[in-house]
Order: sequence, then C-alpha cells, then structure tokens
Amino acid sequence: MTKSELIELLAADQPQLAYRDVELAVKGLLDRMSRALIEGDRIEIRGFGSFSLHYRPSRIGRNPKTGDSVRVPDKHVPHFKPGRDLRERVDNV
Amino acid sequence: MTITKADLAETLNDEIGLNKREAKDFVEMFFEKVRLALEESDSVKLSGFGNFNVRQKNQRPGRNPKTGEEIPISARRVVTFKASQKLKGKVEDNTEYLAAKYQQIRES
Repeated sequence: MTKSELIELLAADQPQLAYRDVELAVKGLLDRMSRALIEGDRIEIRGFGSFSLHYRPSRIGRNPKTGDSVRVPDKHVPHFKPGRDLRERVDNV
Repeated sequence: MTITKADLAETLNDEIGLNKREAKDFVEMFFEKVRLALEESDSVKLSGFGNFNVRQKNQRPGRNPKTGEEIPISARRVVTFKASQKLKGKVEDNTEYLAAKYQQIRES
C-alpha cells in the first residue's frame, strides 16, 4: 500500500471530508511525526506502536571500493517498536 | 516529550481545520488502515517517512533468561520499519542538537 492508496482508502471511508483535505491530513500527520523524530521526541500510538531514536556510536567503517578505513561519525536513527495489538494481529493468520 | 494520538489530532485541527471529532476519527482511521494492510502482509510505503514490512521469521532456539532453560521461539510474522533516506538524513543532520538535548535530559 502506498501513500496515495492510503489516501484513497481514507477518502472512501470518510466521504464527509473533501479529497483535498484527506490528502492534506495524511501529509500533515506524516510531517508532524517526522518533525517529532527530527527533534528527538518519541511518538507513542496506543494499539499501533512507538517510534523513537536509537543512538549509534561512531565507528570505523571501510570504503567498500578502496578498502580504506573511514571514521563514521555517531548518529541517531529512527526506530519503530510494534505495539501488542499490532504484533498480535499481524501474527494471527 | 512524547507525541500521542491526541497531539496528532490537534495538528489536524490546527493545521488542516478538521473539527475535533473529525480529527480524532481521522487519526484512528489512519493507523487502522495501516494495521489492516500489515495484517494482510501487505507492505506500507509512506514516501518521505518510511516503509513498514511484514517478515516471516522461522522457529529458532531461545532461552528463558531467568532459568537458562532452552525453549524454542516459535515461527511468527513480525512488522519491521525502515525510515526513508529523507527522514534518516534529517535526523542525522540534527545530531549535534540531539546530543545536547539528550545530555540535558540525562543531567536533569
């Protein structure tokens, strides 16, 4: 399912909303969640899961082409932990 | 700070002008549609944010960490999330700010 397919599904379910508003709302939600993570805030969606940042310390990596060692600086990466409801629903075939 | 469904609904109310009821319902429906797709093992690709995938894991050996007893971890389907390059890049660009913020939190 792509973002545009998700927009279609939501628009079909909520006919009282203009299609344009559904598009804006989906983009607005994703922007708000991205902004939270960029600013280092957690996102907790009950029944779905939580997003947070995980720290990756600096390490010595290698340039795969030349084999040279390069220092990869430390960074944070987004992480998602599925909530119980999502875990159970996905696992129950 | 932790963002919840209530905060997301408030964003839709403030920025898109959905009324409070519509905003709350929309947030619920949004996550429900994603859950329904994943339940069908369909991947969910939200460009600019990231992709959710369902992966089949085979049974593997495990251990009860308390007793040391060996118990197999059953085969299961799990959801994985991979943030988009765009989001990862923006988080990486903010490394200095994040380091300072987390240090402040640890010290308080």
